[in-house]
Amino acid sequence: MDKKRIAKKLVYAFITIFFVLLFNFFLFRVLPGDIVSMLSRGGKATPEMLANIRKMYGLDLPWYQQFFVYLKNLSAGDLGVSFMYKKPVLDVIGARILPTVVLLGVAEIFAILIGIVFGIVSAWKRGKALDTGLLSTSLLLYSMPTFWLGMMLILIFCVYLKVLPISGMVTPGRLFVDQWAQLQDILRHMILPMICLTLGMIGEYAITMRSTVIDVLSEDYITTAKAKGFSDGYVLRRHAMPNAMLPMITLIAINLGMIVGGAIQVETVFSWPGLGSLMYNALVNRDYPLLQGVFLLSTVAVVFANFLSDILYEMVDPRVRSMGG
Amino acid sequence: MAVNKTKANLRRRRMREFLDQVKANKMALTGTIVLAFFVLTAIIGPFFFPFDVMEFGNVEDILQPPGPGHILGTDDMGRDVLGYLIAGSRVSLLVGALATLLCMVIGTIIGIVAGYSGKAVDNILMRITDFFLVIPWLPLMMVLAAILGTSIWNIILVIGVTSWAGTARVVRAQTLSVRERQFVERTVSIGAGSGHIMLYHILPNVFPLVFASTILVAAAAITSETTLSFLGMGDPAHASWGMMLHYAFETGATSTGAWWYFLPPGICVVAVVLAFTLMGYAFDEILNPKLKER
Repeated sequence: MDKKRIAKKLVYAFITIFFVLLFNFFLFRVLPGDIVSMLSRGGKATPEMLANIRKMYGLDLPWYQQFFVYLKNLSAGDLGVSFMYKKPVLDVIGARILPTVVLLGVAEIFAILIGIVFGIVSAWKRGKALDTGLLSTSLLLYSMPTFWLGMMLILIFCVYLKVLPISGMVTPGRLFVDQWAQLQDILRHMILPMICLTLGMIGEYAITMRSTVIDVLSEDYITTAKAKGFSDGYVLRRHAMPNAMLPMITLIAINLGMIVGGAIQVETVFSWPGLGSLMYNALVNRDYPLLQGVFLLSTVAVVFANFLSDILYEMVDPRVRSMGG
Repeated sequence: MAVNKTKANLRRRRMREFLDQVKANKMALTGTIVLAFFVLTAIIGPFFFPFDVMEFGNVEDILQPPGPGHILGTDDMGRDVLGYLIAGSRVSLLVGALATLLCMVIGTIIGIVAGYSGKAVDNILMRITDFFLVIPWLPLMMVLAAILGTSIWNIILVIGVTSWAGTARVVRAQTLSVRERQFVERTVSIGAGSGHIMLYHILPNVFPLVFASTILVAAAAITSETTLSFLGMGDPAHASWGMMLHYAFETGATSTGAWWYFLPPGICVVAVVLAFTLMGYAFDEILNPKLKER
């Protein structure tokens, strides 16, 4: 692949990340609850004290110097200290990454597989009863707020059927005989949030897949392939699928980047101890350093995922390469 | 004049063909009917079911299942769920509509200016657009809502300033093609300014596309309002479907099985979003010739 183009994409990604940092810096600079106004609210702090505090936090410097200090701290992994946990933000976030990645990862795989199958079948049987059924299901799932879907699942599986735990990652206060028993308990807790996330994502994948397959099937080269006498299944597998998968690659990569944003609703409803519920709690408790940290992570992840999808796209689609610039 | 008349006729005929296709398309028709129902309810419903969020019911009325007196039961404050739902439809739809309008205005202006100006302006505006397109919407909205504070106007503002990027892209692409057409060149040659051209010549030509993307933005705006309110960033002074779901979840209606509290608002949200999605999807099939059945 062309090294110059990758370099260009990489430069763009870095520019975007720089803007993300700048944006993040300013966003949290205008927050109503900055440290000085919070301390001065009590009315007991003298102007000299406030000036000292400002100096201590570097708030008396011009903004570009403050931004520079922010970047310097960031490069050293210093994201500030969480008000809520009284621990460095980086440590708080670090402990939450694994639960989210596992939950989202598994759900994503299921959603992609089911969504692709739905989409292909729907496009192939276009206009038939099966297509109408699958398309309606996809559109319905796509229209549902994920958190509401979660509430419905809780109602069905936890209140009426009473077969699955309602929230959390492990049964509180339970002692486990071995790691296997603990893993089983975690898996049991993971079932509902995972189903919820999977159902929430199937719609988008199925709808996208359906329309790209329909698009590809209307191309001339498909007609040619059919005219050559290849069977329908062969044409679908070998001629239509490679091209129909291209938009899916972008969608999958971008959705992988949305890991934090995607998890907020589900993790809040099921109290899953991941990054999404962490962001929600940071917001509810107005824990700004933590909020800023999670927000930064979520945006950088998306930019990175986009960069990856661009590169991947170029690797699998020769047409993009030959177009240049 | 004659040319203008044929043009108007042509446009009218195209419009009629478009409407015929909408009628023939079951998806578009269903969506339109559902939406009309909710809009009508939002407009006239509150006159028949007066409701005040701040007015709490009696103690014995708390979380009563559906029955006589309260067709859809009562909530944790003893308020009538049906009344709440109808009052909520007004706020939810209004927030959705205004947020969508704001998106359309921002997206159209940025799209046209970028597409028409080209060069550096285009480059800068498109970088900004990409940035908003890329940033995950929910975290961004949550952070902005936290900064601005909870009020209906802030929610509208937050949804508006975060969701315009898709529209801007579509409008820019269309502007690029309109800009190259002869009539624009002619207008430039008789000395029209950029502002005049963008407003009177480009805008009317990109408008059908703006309309098509409005539908999908509206669906997203309703979902966003519901989600933000559910996550506790709604306006407690106003009844909305999202606020209902928020209170239902906060007071444990989900785990106690008080289904009549959170099922109806969710169904309403799904119905409205689905209606918009169906319409958007159907319009896409109608407008995109490539998707037409061969």
